[in-house]
Amino acid sequence: MDIKSYQTIRRAIFTIIILVSLTPLLTLISVTAFGFHTAYRSKVMAYLDQLVEKHALNIDTFLFEKLANIRVLALSHSMEELANEELLNHLLANLQEGHNDVFVDLGFVNEQGVQIAYAGPFKLGRADYSDARWFKEALQNRVYISDVFMGLRGLPHFIVAVKKRVGDERYILRSTIDFGAFNRLVENTRMGKTGFAFIINRETELQTHSREDISAFIPMLEKRLWGQEPDKLPPRNNDEDSWTSFAVQRALAERPVYHFTGKNAVTNKAAIFVNTFLKDNEWALVYVQDKADAFASLYAARNLSLLVLLIGGIAIVIMASILSKRISDRIRTMDLEKQMMNEKVIEAGKLASVGELAAGIAHEINNPVAIMVEESGWIGDLLEEDEFKSTENLAEIRRALTQIQTQGSRCKAITHKLLSFARKTDPMERDVDINSLITEVVEMSRQQARYANVRINTNLSDNLSPVTVSPSEMQQVLLNLINNALDAMDKKEGGLLSISTRMEEGFVKVDVSDTGSGIPDANLKRIFDPFFTTKPVGKGTGLGLSIVHGIMEKMGGKITVNSAVGVGTTFHLYLPVTPPKAEDGKP
Amino acid sequence: MNHIKILLVDDEEGFVQTMQKRLAKRNLNTDAAYSGGEALSVLQKAPADVVILDVKMPGLDGIETLREIKKIYPLTEVIMLTGHATVQSAIEGMKLGAFDYLMKPCDLEELVQKVRDAAGKKDAHEQKIIEARARNIALRRGD
Repeated sequence: MDIKSYQTIRRAIFTIIILVSLTPLLTLISVTAFGFHTAYRSKVMAYLDQLVEKHALNIDTFLFEKLANIRVLALSHSMEELANEELLNHLLANLQEGHNDVFVDLGFVNEQGVQIAYAGPFKLGRADYSDARWFKEALQNRVYISDVFMGLRGLPHFIVAVKKRVGDERYILRSTIDFGAFNRLVENTRMGKTGFAFIINRETELQTHSREDISAFIPMLEKRLWGQEPDKLPPRNNDEDSWTSFAVQRALAERPVYHFTGKNAVTNKAAIFVNTFLKDNEWALVYVQDKADAFASLYAARNLSLLVLLIGGIAIVIMASILSKRISDRIRTMDLEKQMMNEKVIEAGKLASVGELAAGIAHEINNPVAIMVEESGWIGDLLEEDEFKSTENLAEIRRALTQIQTQGSRCKAITHKLLSFARKTDPMERDVDINSLITEVVEMSRQQARYANVRINTNLSDNLSPVTVSPSEMQQVLLNLINNALDAMDKKEGGLLSISTRMEEGFVKVDVSDTGSGIPDANLKRIFDPFFTTKPVGKGTGLGLSIVHGIMEKMGGKITVNSAVGVGTTFHLYLPVTPPKAEDGKP
Repeated sequence: MNHIKILLVDDEEGFVQTMQKRLAKRNLNTDAAYSGGEALSVLQKAPADVVILDVKMPGLDGIETLREIKKIYPLTEVIMLTGHATVQSAIEGMKLGAFDYLMKPCDLEELVQKVRDAAGKKDAHEQKIIEARARNIALRRGD
């Protein structure tokens, strides 16, 4: 496979990991976030609604109480009593004592708007209110609470007024309410960092003091609060019975609460607005809070989960990338190994077929050689006849015949060696004299050793126990070790190959040592691995020592190695001794 | 001893013919057969004392031919000729009752010696049988 297909595999793995990991994560987070968001939001909104409603109720209650107090005064005192400033002062003192100075002053005004009597800190006696708006309204209604205005005193205040009929004459008992006490009711409605409340009337005039500059809200609020459809807007009670409806509305405390979103002109951020109507729907209580502030915990949780998602996502991507690379690399390595293995197997197969071919050729040549030798023998026989005795070249012919015989024997030796070497390994085990086997193999290798400029020394012990091995396999083991030794010494231009045998710890021990280049420590652990080779490509299969190892393991022996770079290498073969009882059972 | 009847079996005609001439020169007369089957039919007409048998032949090979010969003519001695270095087939032949084996190409004098040994063994064997028979007869006569 080419590089591209591994990249495709890698991409596929990557995509699958990403999809499988991120899809549930994203789904879970979105579902949870949506549910949490909705629940939390409605809870916050419900809380704000409740807060606004409660405050509206408080303010209404405050106003009603003040109104009720003045009304009691108006009902329980005659016109003459109320016109008496001394008594008025006394009443004011009582009121102030009972209501923490909420009542600033008391005034009694006739139908013409002239104040008949006054009690309070301002010297307002005989003031003329005939043009004041509150006065006109108060004459129309039984009770009246004015909007906040500056009035004659130049201070923000509002007036609670009760109409008193004496015959056809109408009088107004009025009291100024301390603006500070009223303002505190609203000012206290603070939440978080940006939440605050204020009251505006139908003319969108601010009825409370606010620390924030909220003039920027006004145009938006005008449209929102009072610009709604007339039937949706709470009705304004202008009739004589407004007192009653005001009381009823307050008593029921069922006021609609509206909320909407907009821009907080103070902080210049998106904000939520909550409002309800009070004071007989003439005033609107508005609560403003930045969204970020109101839903701070929600946004914090959202940011946290987004962060977790981000980190998790990055981690997944990195992990997927690394994992997919590792897997594709592994597949690639395995493919390469497989390919290499296939090549080695093919090569090994080739070697085997070359061996078989050599055996076949050797055998085919053997018969003609046999005939040639026979024929030369026949010529020799014929030369014994008397008729040839006189031939002068007799000696020469005899010499030629001898030569043919000699070369025939040589051919025989070669073909027999070839046959014994190249034939299929015969795994049948039998009792073997290891010394003669070694001698045989050494003879085979002697020519090769001469080319490598290597001397071969054998030091074979006479009293060895017989071993039960497959001779051809044992031959292969020795040949592989000798060939390796010769290769190792070839690089160093010659050396000494020693093979020795002796008994050791119940094993027949065969040492094959060379004075070659030695094996570095790094390679020493791997030399028995299949296909491990330090020879150039095409020179070694890397199978030799692994076959040796396999054969030794199979016969119940073992092979160990000592090596020093530059000094040489010694392989130790331990061959198991034949158990005595098995001897008669063997061929 | 010079009237040993020998059968030479090999698929190589040139080898057989030259061998026959050479053995004849040493006063050993031989019959020839060029396959295992032919060897068996020749033996049927003219039983041999010693058979020189090539191991590797097409058709009925040396080992099978040997088995047949030993079954029909247990006293006939067989010398195996092998081109193989595998001593294996030779050993198998010996176990089946072959007298000895030689590697091809072989030294003629050695072959002749083995043939004589084989014939000698056969004679000795036959002699023993004759003696046994004679003893049997003597026992029956009660002498």
